[in-house]
Amino acid sequence: MNKLTLTSKNFLILRIILLVGLIILVTLPFYAAIYTTIFLSTIFMYIVLTSSWAMFSGPTAQISLATAAFFGVGIYIAATLGTIMPLLVVVLIGGLVSAALALFVGGLTLRLKGIYFTIFTFGLLELMKNLLLWFEIKFTGTRGRFVVVVDYNTVYFIMLAILVLTLLTAYLIRQSKYGLALQSIGEQEEAAEHIGINVTLVKVFTFAISAFFIGAAGTIMATRWTYVDPYIAFNMNFSFTPVLMAIFGGIGPLFGPVLGAIIFAYLEEILITQFPYYYMLLFGMVMVVSVLYLPNGLIGLIQKWRARATGGEHGNS
Amino acid sequence: MIVTILDVVIAGLLLGGLYALIAMGLSLQYGVARVLNISHGEFIMLGALTTWMLYTAFGINPLLCLVVCGPLAFILGFILHRTIYKRLSVISATPGIFEGNSMLASFGLLFIIQNLALIAWGSKIKGYSYLAVPVDLGGALFGANRLVTLGFAVLIGVAFYIFLTQTRLGKAIRAAAQDPSTAGLLGVNINLVLALCFGLGAAMAACAGMLISMSYPVNTVMGMEYTVIAIIVVVLGGLGSIPGSFIGGFILGLIGSIVTYFEPGLALVAYYIIFTILLLLKPTGLMGK
Repeated sequence: MNKLTLTSKNFLILRIILLVGLIILVTLPFYAAIYTTIFLSTIFMYIVLTSSWAMFSGPTAQISLATAAFFGVGIYIAATLGTIMPLLVVVLIGGLVSAALALFVGGLTLRLKGIYFTIFTFGLLELMKNLLLWFEIKFTGTRGRFVVVVDYNTVYFIMLAILVLTLLTAYLIRQSKYGLALQSIGEQEEAAEHIGINVTLVKVFTFAISAFFIGAAGTIMATRWTYVDPYIAFNMNFSFTPVLMAIFGGIGPLFGPVLGAIIFAYLEEILITQFPYYYMLLFGMVMVVSVLYLPNGLIGLIQKWRARATGGEHGNS
Repeated sequence: MIVTILDVVIAGLLLGGLYALIAMGLSLQYGVARVLNISHGEFIMLGALTTWMLYTAFGINPLLCLVVCGPLAFILGFILHRTIYKRLSVISATPGIFEGNSMLASFGLLFIIQNLALIAWGSKIKGYSYLAVPVDLGGALFGANRLVTLGFAVLIGVAFYIFLTQTRLGKAIRAAAQDPSTAGLLGVNINLVLALCFGLGAAMAACAGMLISMSYPVNTVMGMEYTVIAIIVVVLGGLGSIPGSFIGGFILGLIGSIVTYFEPGLALVAYYIIFTILLLLKPTGLMGK
């Protein structure tokens, strides 16, 4: 009984912290420097990519490398529709087209087991990049396109909205029966099928939801780059980065990917302009070390320390 | 017309020899050691740039670099397997989890090797001229360096096949590929065999890199392109089948050459389309069980 009230009290405190944090973030552009808004938009983007990736790949344990493909679709929606439609509609379309692509691709390939699915998503990205490059050079005659520029605060607010929606969706999925179904698929797919879960449907649907947020993020981020070409839009690093961020932070808990994304977005910001090679080197090293020594990421490590500090009371958490 | 067909076929075979060599290396690493080594292309890059450096700075014959690059890459691969992948196989609960984890670790390695190379060599495109004399093959002209590449690829492929089928160690490797635990019970030192395979795969990649540097410009970010091709060929030939990778390499080279003849920009696209269709219809590949 005592323990129960304690956790609900903790939950209340957490809610208050989140609410205060959200209020600060929403009002930030009115008093913070422009640099802060721009930098935070980038961090939000990484959190969206990483959390969306973890939404699907976390519970199902199927490593998707299609993040950059969905992100690139969003970018090209912004480049083609940006001038003729209102921004919010374009962002929505960017998300929906990505989700539709995920439905199609997922329906075709989610039956593939383990590593085959990863290889396929990796190939998908390259296929789209090369096809688009060929198309642009052959039919439009130019390699790149210009994207309509939007002011920094608008980008910030839309990105924040996408971020809140992504985390809320991830949270709601976890709380629902649907999330439990997803979890059981990841643990034992055959067993999940036997207890009446439509495995393919649940997987494809989750894949599409995660692609929606990635595509929407790509659409709004494209407005910051002004010029895009297939190499920029379908950059493989947008597939790798979320995987590392999520693994480093911890795939299981909701805030693991968020933590990983914040740390690496910050590192990237301070290192990439001056020491790009050293940043990527560090990136690789952290990846290897995380896979070898941090099976549950930073969050897992923190939980372990806390468990040790409280005398092993929560040994299993 | 006949000259054109000959032209396309020979160009395809020349390309195919290179693909076959690259893919056999990856096939060893994935087929036996179960590591889908995304950093495979980085070993190719290391071989290519080391050859370039030795040739331009010290005037050492590229073909002699084989003696340096091959063993060095082997040792590097062997150590990597002993340190990283062996530990991963201990901490991973199932083979499936091991495949995922080892692939992620190889992503990390990709970034580590590539950026160390970028720090050492920079990102400029490099090239040198060696054996760039034209040879007439029934009316079609090809560089002698590319013919040497094909010759070496076939030589290494055949030598390796003989090694696999005729020697005791080759037998142990094949046994480990089929069923690691049973092979272990029968007295095969599994960890040693797997590390050997990983090292051999890396050595083949480095040799391929040396051959590539003779005919194409090279740079520090060239690896990924070849990794992708190696993965496609390995899937085409059947994951884990070494003869499949060898033949698959030539098939892909021919397809690439034919597509390039009609529409130069679409060769890579054609590879991916074949790859996609194959994964969906027959994921075990042409020679897979």
